[in-house]
Amino acid sequence: MSSDILSLNLRVWRQNGPKDSGGFHDYQLDGVSTHMSFLEMLDVLNEQLIESGEEPVHFDHDCREGICGMCSLMINGQAHGPDRATTTCQLHMRRFEDGQTITIEPWRASAFPVVRDLVVDRSAFDRIIQSGGYVSVNTGNAPDGNAIPVPGTTQEVAMDAAACIGCGACVAACKNASAMLFTAAKVSQMSVLPQGQAERAERVTNMVAQMDEERFGACTNTSECEAACPAEVSVSHIARLNREYTRAALTAR
Amino acid sequence: MARVASETLNSRVPDGRIEEKWDKHRFNMKLVNPANKRKFNVIVVGTGLAGGAAAASLAELGYNVKSFCFQDSPRRAHSIAAQGGINGAKNYPNDGDSVWRLFYDTVKGGDYRAREANVYRLAQNSNSIIDQCVAQGVPFAREYGGTLANRSFGGAQVSRTFYCRGQTGQQLLLGAYQGLMRQTQLGKVKMFARREMLELVVVDGVARGIIVRNLTTGQLETHTADAVVLCTGGYGNVYYLSTNAMGCNVTAAWRCHKQGALFANPCYTQIHPTCIPVSGDYQSKLTLMSESLRNDGRVWVPRQAGDPRPASDIPEDERDYYLERRYPSFGNLVPRDVASRAAKERTDAGFGVGDTQLSVYLDFKDAIVRDGEDAVRKKYGNLFHMYQKITADNPYEVPMRIYPAVHYTMGGLWVDYNLMSNVPGLFVLGEANFSDHGANRLGASALMQGLSDGYFVIPYTIGDHLATTDLPEIPEDHPACKAAFSLAESRLNQLVSVKGTRTVDSFHRQLGQIVWDSCGMARSQSGLTTAISEIRDLREQFWADVRVLGTGDNLNQSLEKAGRVADFLEFAELLATDALQREESCGGHFREEYQTAEGEAQRRDDEFMHVAAWEFQGVGEVPTMHKEPLTFENVPPTTRSYK
Repeated sequence: MSSDILSLNLRVWRQNGPKDSGGFHDYQLDGVSTHMSFLEMLDVLNEQLIESGEEPVHFDHDCREGICGMCSLMINGQAHGPDRATTTCQLHMRRFEDGQTITIEPWRASAFPVVRDLVVDRSAFDRIIQSGGYVSVNTGNAPDGNAIPVPGTTQEVAMDAAACIGCGACVAACKNASAMLFTAAKVSQMSVLPQGQAERAERVTNMVAQMDEERFGACTNTSECEAACPAEVSVSHIARLNREYTRAALTAR
Repeated sequence: MARVASETLNSRVPDGRIEEKWDKHRFNMKLVNPANKRKFNVIVVGTGLAGGAAAASLAELGYNVKSFCFQDSPRRAHSIAAQGGINGAKNYPNDGDSVWRLFYDTVKGGDYRAREANVYRLAQNSNSIIDQCVAQGVPFAREYGGTLANRSFGGAQVSRTFYCRGQTGQQLLLGAYQGLMRQTQLGKVKMFARREMLELVVVDGVARGIIVRNLTTGQLETHTADAVVLCTGGYGNVYYLSTNAMGCNVTAAWRCHKQGALFANPCYTQIHPTCIPVSGDYQSKLTLMSESLRNDGRVWVPRQAGDPRPASDIPEDERDYYLERRYPSFGNLVPRDVASRAAKERTDAGFGVGDTQLSVYLDFKDAIVRDGEDAVRKKYGNLFHMYQKITADNPYEVPMRIYPAVHYTMGGLWVDYNLMSNVPGLFVLGEANFSDHGANRLGASALMQGLSDGYFVIPYTIGDHLATTDLPEIPEDHPACKAAFSLAESRLNQLVSVKGTRTVDSFHRQLGQIVWDSCGMARSQSGLTTAISEIRDLREQFWADVRVLGTGDNLNQSLEKAGRVADFLEFAELLATDALQREESCGGHFREEYQTAEGEAQRRDDEFMHVAAWEFQGVGEVPTMHKEPLTFENVPPTTRSYK
């Protein structure tokens, strides 16, 4: 790294509300430390915008440690930016060059309408979970934890899938805006675990139906989702979803 | 000096032996007939472990639940970031754990400032929580044979912590969230995301509703109900820099406080010893490294102050493993407050490392030699990965640098044994209440408390309130609703109309610095007195010079922040007042005037064995203190020693 301080040209998507057509605005930002996170860089931009009398750029973020799934952003056309297995909040400016132009856009998908600037509405994901992404067990109904043995290897597969943070990068990265990786992660977790067996068939059927209803696109197995996923959820879970879906169709009662 | 109310607070802890209190109490509480539950409406604010668990469980019972969160989805609440694990007194490893031991450890760990009966109930519920989460499909770590794995954590001498890699909070939260989504699908929960609670509606002294702002449209909404359950987390962001999420705030709790709810022990804050150090002025938050790292990592600084050599060049006999030196029996596993203060002591004395000299080493060299890099990667891989992301250092090769950071707040709204505040109908759960951790929280206990309150306490205790209180229907145009609505509205208007010159963040950062300096790891009478007047000045400047652009008619993140910082500016004064009044050191509250010759915290049980619960008297007015005396019949207070 040649310098610890960067000057950047930012092209940022500004859109005043869901009905506004929106467009790119260019901002010059100097004095960016390479130790900053990407969102801290945007904080600095916003402080300067407010001081100059311009409304700050709106973007979603909360935990800033890569787990809540609230931050998003297409950075130079890549969901969560250039680093693998990294959310935007964990991306650091040492990854960028002095004088670089950085284009910043919201997730683009008709199922994720823009709320304002870089903020989108991802409630479609909640509705997919509502359609079956759970084990139907009321509080107080549980047997002793060790009464349900789960082999260590099975638990590892379930945990790999359960690691999904629900950020929507998979949808944003997909040319079809498919939500298959998100949906598959939950279907996969529950279908390998003994706890998920009772609702195994109706879960996958209902979640896929809800995914279609939300107007997410079809999966064409390009694996862009896996490459963009900050939690490194594998497309092998999509394969499992497809098997589960077929199994459910064939064993329908 | 604060005025003290003459009557002490009644915690309504039931009589009888501690093992029997909760059972008997559950029998004695009034029940709501199953067919009548659908006639009651309950508001739950917040969707973390406490709120998510409460909303799902109450809906399962048949109540009509409205659930609110300020994030875009209930799955985002900051419980999700908890890494290390959750305690349960299962004794699966057969190493001598029991409900009694978990209870004992928690009371002692809290430095004898928690309510015994609540802690015992927490320990009792801990086992049911594990069962419940397993049944939901939470992928806890397993042994090869399929049984649940445990590890030792945060100063416990038994292995009672259940975990999902380094993402336990995420998995437990998703379990509760999925329960909540299931009830939403069934129509028993109405979910309101991107809503921020701005006022509590109190009718004839009883909590009956809330005013929220729809953050997307900017519209204020009135929601009425038969009870309000507040699960809105802690106030760590009063320090600006903390491990809390950016949105965490005190607003909901503070507005309830201003409506009469007592705020208890705000000075009990937890400074977590293992966080990534501050790197610059632009820093927006601090990142915790799970203290499970202390199971295998060794904390040290050079023996020579200001030693300029890189860690790898410092030979073994020139390293000071100061925790192992000072606390031979607990070593690197001493509780959080002790570990944090020890790090401060070394860095204050000039032994700190790194550019700022405000950090200490956490070294895995010996663990890697002993167990192999693969074994270390399996246990801590995601934490090491996160550390490297942030610092660009590889902790497999060079020791991590860590420093304490604000992490959790033990204080909160005062609640009785039923988790009801002094405002009838207002229940407070999880980190937002004050009840279970005393002056210091042990590791892996926050997840346990949130879920205990949400899954296994509120479902019973809310029924007692609903069954025994006259609750006439409250229309949305009730005068109390209108009054609360216009209070929220005028405050928002006030914020956008100041049109000053300084950004909200600049005020927040300045407030954080004042509070960290005067009310962080060490506190003193003179520092606190100065801080109170600085906070007052800053508050005045804020209302004269804050710049909030835009309007309240759409998504306006500056306006959201401004409202939260305005409340922190009022709350910070109470925090300092409480710290000033508590003339002793206990747990996370360390008053420099009260320490032993060896620099350990010195409690003053004769004068301060009580909860200090504060009654609001107006902004800038001295609040009135209500005392709840604490008695320890089962765990006799001793000096906490980890030597």
